[in-house]
Amino acid sequence: MAGTGTAPGATHSALGAPAERIEGRLKVTGGARYAAEHPLPGRAQAWPVPATVARGRVTAVDAADALRIPGVLAVLTHENAPRLAEPDDRTLFVLQDASVPHRGWFVALVVAETLESARAAAAAVRVDYAVDEHDVTLTPDHPDAYEPETVNGDFPGRREIGGPDGAPAAVRVDVGYEVTPLHNHPMEPHASTAHWDDGELTVYSSSQGGNTVRDTLASMFETSAEHITVVSAHVGGGFGSKGTPRPDVVLAVLAARATGRPVTVSLPRRYLPAVVGHRAPTLHRVRLGAGRDGRLVSLAHEVTTYTSHVKEFVEQAAVSARVMYGAPHHFTTHHVVRLDVPSPSWMRAPGEAPGMYALESAMDELAAELGMDPVELRAVNDPDREPDSGKPFSSRHLVDCLREGARRFGWSGRDPRPGARAEGPLLLGTGVAAATYPVLVSPSTAEAEARPDGTFAVRVNATDIGTGARTVLAQVAADALGVALERVRIEVGCTTLPAAPLAGGSSGTSSWGWAVHDACARLAERLAEHGGTPPAAGVTARADTAGRADAESDYARHAFGAHFAEAAVDTVTGEVRVRRLLGVYAAGRILNARTARSQFVGGMTMGLGMALTETSTLDPAFGDFTESDLASYHVPAHADVPDVEAHWIDESDPHVNPMGSKGIGEIGIVGTAAAIGNAVHHATGVRFRELPLTPDKVLRGLGG
Amino acid sequence: MGSENDDGAAPGGAPAAPAEQRSATTLRVNAEHHTLDLDHRRVLLDVLREDLDLTGAKKGCDHGQCGACTVLVDGRRVNSCLQLAVALDGCEVTTVEGLLGEGEALHPLQRAFLDRDAFQCGYCTPGQICSAVGVIAEAAAGHPSHVTAPGAPSGRPVPLDRDEIRERLSGNLCRCGAYPRIVDAVEDVEGAAT
Repeated sequence: MAGTGTAPGATHSALGAPAERIEGRLKVTGGARYAAEHPLPGRAQAWPVPATVARGRVTAVDAADALRIPGVLAVLTHENAPRLAEPDDRTLFVLQDASVPHRGWFVALVVAETLESARAAAAAVRVDYAVDEHDVTLTPDHPDAYEPETVNGDFPGRREIGGPDGAPAAVRVDVGYEVTPLHNHPMEPHASTAHWDDGELTVYSSSQGGNTVRDTLASMFETSAEHITVVSAHVGGGFGSKGTPRPDVVLAVLAARATGRPVTVSLPRRYLPAVVGHRAPTLHRVRLGAGRDGRLVSLAHEVTTYTSHVKEFVEQAAVSARVMYGAPHHFTTHHVVRLDVPSPSWMRAPGEAPGMYALESAMDELAAELGMDPVELRAVNDPDREPDSGKPFSSRHLVDCLREGARRFGWSGRDPRPGARAEGPLLLGTGVAAATYPVLVSPSTAEAEARPDGTFAVRVNATDIGTGARTVLAQVAADALGVALERVRIEVGCTTLPAAPLAGGSSGTSSWGWAVHDACARLAERLAEHGGTPPAAGVTARADTAGRADAESDYARHAFGAHFAEAAVDTVTGEVRVRRLLGVYAAGRILNARTARSQFVGGMTMGLGMALTETSTLDPAFGDFTESDLASYHVPAHADVPDVEAHWIDESDPHVNPMGSKGIGEIGIVGTAAAIGNAVHHATGVRFRELPLTPDKVLRGLGG
Repeated sequence: MGSENDDGAAPGGAPAAPAEQRSATTLRVNAEHHTLDLDHRRVLLDVLREDLDLTGAKKGCDHGQCGACTVLVDGRRVNSCLQLAVALDGCEVTTVEGLLGEGEALHPLQRAFLDRDAFQCGYCTPGQICSAVGVIAEAAAGHPSHVTAPGAPSGRPVPLDRDEIRERLSGNLCRCGAYPRIVDAVEDVEGAAT
């Protein structure tokens, strides 16, 4: 089923082919250089000092002992660090004043000749605080909760159709779910190496988008963007947490300015949760009412979450309900509380991941109440138009995904009764959930050059955070030029290239690819004017998709998918293990079968972690995340992950971009936790409504 | 790279530590000898990355929790972030850069990782590959794992099925979720070797 179709008019179709990653050899041989791996002459290392109180002010910093440690070059604090212009994102406004908005906020930075000296000196910096009372505890009825105007993604916080809920319904579900804070934890910690040379700043930064890093630094350091080059050639994952600049890059540039040396700031793993953003916890109330035929007559999804005092970020967890299912009475809202917590931000499928856990779990509960197959319940509620906007879908093949998944998974023989299958002390069950993720796209520029040697240089400041961006963009170029992939040389990951948006919102390939496609199509025309052979100077064509990529669409544009899971629940230990995980997606045209499969499977794996292993807790007394490293915050390991299968249906969508592609980086995590939770209910007959499904909760639920 | 020191010591973080906190240490890294004047606090990972510019070994956590820094010391896999380098005097160290064969030919595991698309961002990849080299050697030498059948004959090679591979590689985290493809890649090489 993997898409291997031919683009209209293309003579050689590179698109859809399972091309090997262009940078693959560098990655398997250790040759790929990441942000901290640029050994500039005289480079110093820096180590930050995090605040040890949850709220207050720094009253004194005693750096004398730290400065006596051999090799220490500087201790920067709010008292002596270079001044910055205030950024829009105040999480970047580091070492500028004495306030401590949350525990883990950086209050000093040590710069030293070596990592060892920097680390020892950071431990020797003594900081005194005036401590204020703090509150880091989210409750469903927190007195400071308010309904925000807009939530992440600029969606309205509240939407209401058909008046308040209360329509007569044969069957009702009214349930609450809870998702704890979650951490992105890309394998490469946030790191930046900065170097000022005669007013010119070069920064190697682990970022999902160098142009925003450059522009933010230009504004904060009050210089012109032309004097700044940001390189993000290889990035060790981000999952949203490197979507915009984070404090590491500001600290590195500050330290380089203060010491006159190139400086690397590589954040220690345990400091990440407090300063790079995280998924805020969400408390959900979902109310569904349906007729005996399963058709929804009312749907209400109410979300309560927190944000920090540094900035307002509201996880838009009720928004996916506006896309998924229609009902005459449809109500979605968010409430948010400002607490003394680290600032939440984007983590893979912000909004959809926790929101669809709640909604798709509630749909499973409704199916059980109705005595209806959960696949069929979703099929009868599949809307013709997007429920909230009333717009037609550019394409929506959710039901096809469900049917294809059911066929591949062997769903049809399923005994719907819970607790019906056992293997010794194990109870076995299967579950299903739907997935959705919006089609996002931003304007981008790109440039393509035909060289006399028969090769083509394609330039765009895309960022390859592991998606395979280089490879798929070369495929887009080859396809638009009608040449073999081997003749395309792709250049990404540097702000000296044509400006491009970030790798985020599953929009990278659509945004960059559109510009690459247009530049290459234009180049092909120019080349034809030269009789197909470039002159000695080469021929270049440029494209800018502004005004088109960001044009309002008449269509509701989303990818859809279906997740199926089989879980085994150990009634003695309470351990849940996933035996099978299968996803089927309708995500437009799949541009590279090989890298696409890896992204889908990767998203599902993170969903498995969300379901079973990943959890973080704010300690009410210390105001700190108690699971701040990889020994306590359990990202799935090899032994947790079974053979995960990802498939897709051939979907043609003429309303998204010239390639016909939708984003695929995030949909894999959406609904996976619900599918696993629903499988656990099927196995045990017990509804667990708080993630993750760890043995303590499972044993308690089983009455063990 | 380490900076020049006043007393002309070789790079190795020397300028930041007085002489009594440094020691000359010889390591054979990827078949090359290096004698370094090492800060006693310096771990093998930082020697490789900062002093020898071998940045294939990655720093994911610096606490032995993620496996990205895995290299081979005297043929056995270790978390290089947990090894004080000064204690490894005389040891043979192999990093991902040292797995290449003659004429820069890829090691079979490197080839298999490419063939199977067993990575995305690539940051855990060198550690996964070095760890897999260690796993194959350990299983061949008869080392059992948590999932090896209790009745398996002692000291005889342990066949590496998928569960064995998963168990033995569980110290190497991959946040991109390439696990099934990594197991495929290791299985390819193990299968070819037996």
